[in-house]
Amino acid sequence: MASTIGRLGFFVWGVLLASVAGGHHAWAQNQGHGQAVPWQLNFQPAFSPVMERVNDFHNFLLIVQLLIVLVVLGILGYVIFRFNAKANPVPSKTSHNTMLEVVWTAVPIIILVIIAIPSLKLLYFADHAPDYEMTLKVTGKQWYWTYAYPDHGDFEFDSLPVEASELKPGQPRLLTVDNRVVLPVDTTIQVLVSSDDVIHDWAVPSLGLKKDATPGRTNETWVRITAEGTYYGMCSELCGVNHYYMPIQIEAVSKERFGEWVKEAQAEFAGTTPPQEHQVAKAIASAR
Amino acid sequence: MAYAATAAHDEHEHHPTGIKRWLFSTNHKDIGTMYIVLSMIAALIGGLMSWYIRLELAQPGLQFVEDLQFYNVMVTAHGFLMVFFVVMPAMIGGFGNWFVPLMIGAPDMAFPRMNNISFWLTAAGLVLLICAGFVSGGMGTGWTTYPPLSSAAFHPTPAVDFGILALHVAGAGSILGAINFIVTIFNMRAPGMTLHRMPLFVWSILVTAFLLLLALPVLAGALTMLLTDRNFGTHFYEVAGGGDPVLWQHLFWFFGHPEVYIIILPAFGIVSQLVSTFSKKPIFGYLGMAYAMIAIGFVGFIVWAHHMYTSGIGVNARAYFTVATLIIAVPTGIKIFSWLATMWGGSIEFKAPMLYAIGFIWLFVLGGVTGVALANAGIDSSFHDTYYVVAHFHYVMAIAAIFAMFGGYYYWIGKMSGRQYSEPLAKVQFWVFFVGVNVLFFPQHFLGLAGMPRRIPDYPDVYAGWNMVSSIGALITMIGTLMFFYIVLSTLRSGSSAAANPWGEGATTLEWSVPSPAPFHTHEEMPVINAGSVHHAPHGQMKPAE
Repeated sequence: MASTIGRLGFFVWGVLLASVAGGHHAWAQNQGHGQAVPWQLNFQPAFSPVMERVNDFHNFLLIVQLLIVLVVLGILGYVIFRFNAKANPVPSKTSHNTMLEVVWTAVPIIILVIIAIPSLKLLYFADHAPDYEMTLKVTGKQWYWTYAYPDHGDFEFDSLPVEASELKPGQPRLLTVDNRVVLPVDTTIQVLVSSDDVIHDWAVPSLGLKKDATPGRTNETWVRITAEGTYYGMCSELCGVNHYYMPIQIEAVSKERFGEWVKEAQAEFAGTTPPQEHQVAKAIASAR
Repeated sequence: MAYAATAAHDEHEHHPTGIKRWLFSTNHKDIGTMYIVLSMIAALIGGLMSWYIRLELAQPGLQFVEDLQFYNVMVTAHGFLMVFFVVMPAMIGGFGNWFVPLMIGAPDMAFPRMNNISFWLTAAGLVLLICAGFVSGGMGTGWTTYPPLSSAAFHPTPAVDFGILALHVAGAGSILGAINFIVTIFNMRAPGMTLHRMPLFVWSILVTAFLLLLALPVLAGALTMLLTDRNFGTHFYEVAGGGDPVLWQHLFWFFGHPEVYIIILPAFGIVSQLVSTFSKKPIFGYLGMAYAMIAIGFVGFIVWAHHMYTSGIGVNARAYFTVATLIIAVPTGIKIFSWLATMWGGSIEFKAPMLYAIGFIWLFVLGGVTGVALANAGIDSSFHDTYYVVAHFHYVMAIAAIFAMFGGYYYWIGKMSGRQYSEPLAKVQFWVFFVGVNVLFFPQHFLGLAGMPRRIPDYPDVYAGWNMVSSIGALITMIGTLMFFYIVLSTLRSGSSAAANPWGEGATTLEWSVPSPAPFHTHEEMPVINAGSVHHAPHGQMKPAE
């Protein structure tokens, strides 16, 4: 039912706007590609259960929105055509119709109830998953992200944007980072988001992820990536002068490859992990 | 008419000039005029900022911005100026001051000297806000001013303090103005002008005044806490001292959401007058329209956290705010349908003000349905802080309010200045502006859906196409805006003289029964409203007493 509505919604969207966004759905099936395309009209393709449901619900909402707009602007157009001063020189004096007023109060309420039920289902589904297989810690800083893997030896690393002049062919500007967040596919991952300075927001559109990184708080969200590939996002809360330039780049790999990467990463980032705590420990030791 | 003659005679005796007339003004019409002029000045500054932003965003890469803080200052100041110093002064201070007393048959506002201080506080606020933009680095926090970005650690210069004081001062002016409107409307209606016979514009200002009175003190409290955090070592929003930056978000949006209704309710009022006048019909469902505004005002206070869906508030809170927010669609739907029903069966004259009223309905419907989508916390994770939000609020609130202001200006300029605008020029101006804003803002829905964040000076190259279209729309809008200012000047310089009622049988409210321009002191004798049946003529057939 929901997917039928979703397909219908996508159909309506496509017909009405001659969708160029539809084009990338075909090749999006096997390899994930979490990035917008030029002249895109709708959401990026979904690569997580949450984003799939967001897409379906939005396609349903689009039908409702289009019907409302067509009905209201249709009436407006008819009124302009039929009741202009030339077509209707003598105005009526009607100013009441109780039945009509009850109808145009009641019908929107019914429409809203129809919207609210799937909306709340989606909200509770997206809020948290029943079981997490691993945790990723994200910390926003002016102006880069720090990622930690507490279930894999608690190594952590910084993820900084790559300058435009140093990009390799095929790497998108303002979206490419030096150290990507590597995550396994088909794994339910808890994401804990916080900040060391001002408020940032960790967002990846194609995975349906967006959570404020607020100092003093740890916000929780979750993701289960459905395909291997690269998924891009940008900071989504104004955080100062380089707000536009703290990208998020997730590389989703097979579980086996993820296991290998963890070993490599543990070796690579061991010396730097976690620098502040090392210094504190040293300071305490020397004080003793 | 004997009435006009006495008024003109009296004008000579109590008509101050120069500095006494303007600086010390206690006259609701002069103060209204000053508010409108202030709004136009602020609109030019705020408009220039938005054109700068759109020029920068026309292509990927940094085109003009050398200092990125300056870009954020432009984004911030554009928001503050347009909300606090363009829309509010024009609608409430300008049209409200001019036409609330005229429409209810009052000689002036209840507290004329308080009216004066309200205006000059607003003007002082404007000066302080411009300082906030240009003093030592400027205020680059966004109009939402979220700490810790707005705290002393991340904005150490006095720029943010200037911004806080600007809002404090302008807010105090607005609170005094709100008290003035409430007292005037409750106490100074002419005999026969019952609450249920008041024109809908007066109703809209009454509801707005209550929103101002209840919302602005919350902003003032929040701002004071930010000020003491910044300067006196308190920790209301400072995590290190046990505070919480999310407290600011709750307080700011508890004010901020009613604020958007403060902006749009007077627009509803103006559009109701326009639709009724140019359809030559009384408003359809008058009582429903009045009480829908009260309902919108009430619900507006209990939906604030829909601006904070990603801030980490609990899932049950988000569920509540989703449902509460969706409810707003019901009273706003009543308003849309009642305007359409007012036009239904009418004999519509498509004068420039009516074009703007119809344009308003178009914008409000498009912005309204995206609002229904944004209300849902479940998919807001995909919309929050994207250009979809920018498109939504410019459609439903910002540009819609500007349409109501342009419509109101053309509708009332004859009454205010005694000179009528050029109808063909105004119609061309409407079409240029209408096309401009739609080309400007409609593509931003696509950008938002595709994931482009707001408040960025540069964007990934895939977003280039729609951004260019949007910037072309900004250019068309700029031409439309400059045309408006040309029409303003040419009307004042060489407009034809306006009749007392240039609109004919449809214009039934009391301001059309006095000469144009409205005399300095409107009523020498108290007018009596001899309404026909309220059911058939809710605005009343209003005539001043013989």
